[in-house]
Amino acid sequence: MDNIIKVGMADLRSSRHPCRLTTLGLGSCVGIALYDPGRKVVGLAHIMLPSSQQARNNSNIAKFADTATYKLVEDMVSLGAVKSHIVAKLAGGAQMFSFNDTSEMLRIGARNVTASKEILKQLNIPILAEDTGGNYGRTIEIDSASGKLLIKTIGHGTEVI
Amino acid sequence: MVKGVDDLNSLHLDVLREIGNIGAGNAVTALAKLLNRKVDMDVPMVKIFKFNELSETFGGAELPVVGILLKVSGDLTGYIMYILERDAASTLVNMLMGRPLYEMSEFSEMDISALKEIGNILTGSYLSALSGLTNLKIVSSFPDLAIDMAGAILSVPAIEFGKVGDTVLYIETQFVEGEKKVVGDFFLVPDYDTYDILMKALGVIG
Repeated sequence: MDNIIKVGMADLRSSRHPCRLTTLGLGSCVGIALYDPGRKVVGLAHIMLPSSQQARNNSNIAKFADTATYKLVEDMVSLGAVKSHIVAKLAGGAQMFSFNDTSEMLRIGARNVTASKEILKQLNIPILAEDTGGNYGRTIEIDSASGKLLIKTIGHGTEVI
Repeated sequence: MVKGVDDLNSLHLDVLREIGNIGAGNAVTALAKLLNRKVDMDVPMVKIFKFNELSETFGGAELPVVGILLKVSGDLTGYIMYILERDAASTLVNMLMGRPLYEMSEFSEMDISALKEIGNILTGSYLSALSGLTNLKIVSSFPDLAIDMAGAILSVPAIEFGKVGDTVLYIETQFVEGEKKVVGDFFLVPDYDTYDILMKALGVIG
């Protein structure tokens, strides 16, 4: 069942069981992992920016927390997921550089996390677990069998949420 | 108006390549002085990639890399970032410290400071070339450094490029010292009108 589907930066994918969806090296970006445990449909988005509303160029819907989440839910429903059964896990949103500076660019990770949570709340999707913030990158992988999210780092251990 | 990388034409890219050439030329001279030995350079390449292809071009999103980031202010605002593989960074530090080049170990505090200084010198040389060509006043901040997965470090410039387009532009440079090649990449991370200001200052667009 080693059906591993890679999700790139500003990209989203969904699939039926059995499969694992993975995205490598999340930094300030956020991985939004969705799962319908009953139908075993999974979805994963690797978003870069909080909102399509503030963007000058918003043609790539997978780039933004809002449009990517809506699209991911839609795709999962078309694969047989029941919208009201979908649950979420979040990872990423790190601040990779410390800089003594409160500029918008460096806080983008936190803003991506906040925006992702807001969208999930609007869609009534509960967040079961998250591993966000910090100053390090993460590779994540969601398993369609269990909905478990594996998180790997360099120097900050491995965990399953 | 040049809003993002997507709007750049081949003339603009030639200009950027030339800036890369002069900038990297300056950087090599500075590096050779610092290392007190001869350093050669290959012609820099301007590279443009879509976000989803970006980390693959670096040998994988999980490859450990060193990223050195400086804030740019003055007439041109944004950030400049220099990224190189962790192993290449190790080689550079070993050259600087007079250790065997192939030795690999955890970076000490001293090594980190040395890497920041190398980043400072390389980006400084690049920016002074840019400043000299454009007559723009460009000031850079103290460098900050992070060591992590390529994807995570690249997300920092990628997000800024993402605000205006769907592609990332960077300039790849290769320094050659003896048999060792050190490949490093410069990202001039734009604020929204950086490339426009740049092209206007160079007289490429009116």
